Amino acid sequence: MSAGESSTPLAKVAGLGSAREGGEHWLTERVTSIALLLLGVWLVASLLLLPALDQKTLVEWLRGASGAVPMALLVVTAFVHALDGMKVVVDDYVHGEGNRFALNTLLLFAAIGGAALALFAIGRIAFGGAA
Amino acid sequence: MAAHPRPLSPHLTVWRWGPGMAVSILHRITGGGLTVVGLAVLTWWLIAIASGAETYAEFSKAANHPLGLVVLIGLTWAFFQHLLSGIRHLVMDTGAAFELGTNKMFALLTIIGSIVLTAALWAYVLGGRA
Repeated sequence: MSAGESSTPLAKVAGLGSAREGGEHWLTERVTSIALLLLGVWLVASLLLLPALDQKTLVEWLRGASGAVPMALLVVTAFVHALDGMKVVVDDYVHGEGNRFALNTLLLFAAIGGAALALFAIGRIAFGGAA
Repeated sequence: MAAHPRPLSPHLTVWRWGPGMAVSILHRITGGGLTVVGLAVLTWWLIAIASGAETYAEFSKAANHPLGLVVLIGLTWAFFQHLLSGIRHLVMDTGAAFELGTNKMFALLTIIGSIVLTAALWAYVLGGRA
């Protein structure tokens, strides 16, 4: 609860209470989990259905929109969901405001960097840059 | 700051172990593993595909190494465990499956299910994809 009507006067003045952002974070985690349920099953099923797992076959597969688009969606959704989940773990187990901020920032940079690398690779395959 | 150190969640040392508690902590462990190891392998794999047959051969060699296989099988299990306990969480978010018996059974099913799915998938893969 925010420092609303039910709060003590001291809590109101101290600005204690929620930042009113927790609900959104909670919901994002659920929505991305539903998307990942579909995309994860798609990835496993696709890998099992491909005739082989050599580089040539994989390039053929990821060159088409039916491969590249779900893979790009999977990468973005997985990194967002992973970041949301890791934030909960960090907030639960890491003590100290400074440590939490440092670790959450590190995770944010790692997630954005990782997602960018993966998307660049998909783009290179899809737009014909892959050998 | 509070005068007394406040308890932080979840206390692994004070809860009695049971299926629900085990699945809850497994959800976090597999989530962490999928984040750190899973996303790294996924990104490496995509870069290897994009970099050409020679680079991909290096990835393939590492993936087929006994240690690589252990990592991949571990990731498959983590994926299925996290997926199944994730579904369990979504069901519980609706307010259902909190009855002790149902909750315990659902928790056990995610553990059994992830092992069965992992075993079935790798039996199929290592059995030469029939």
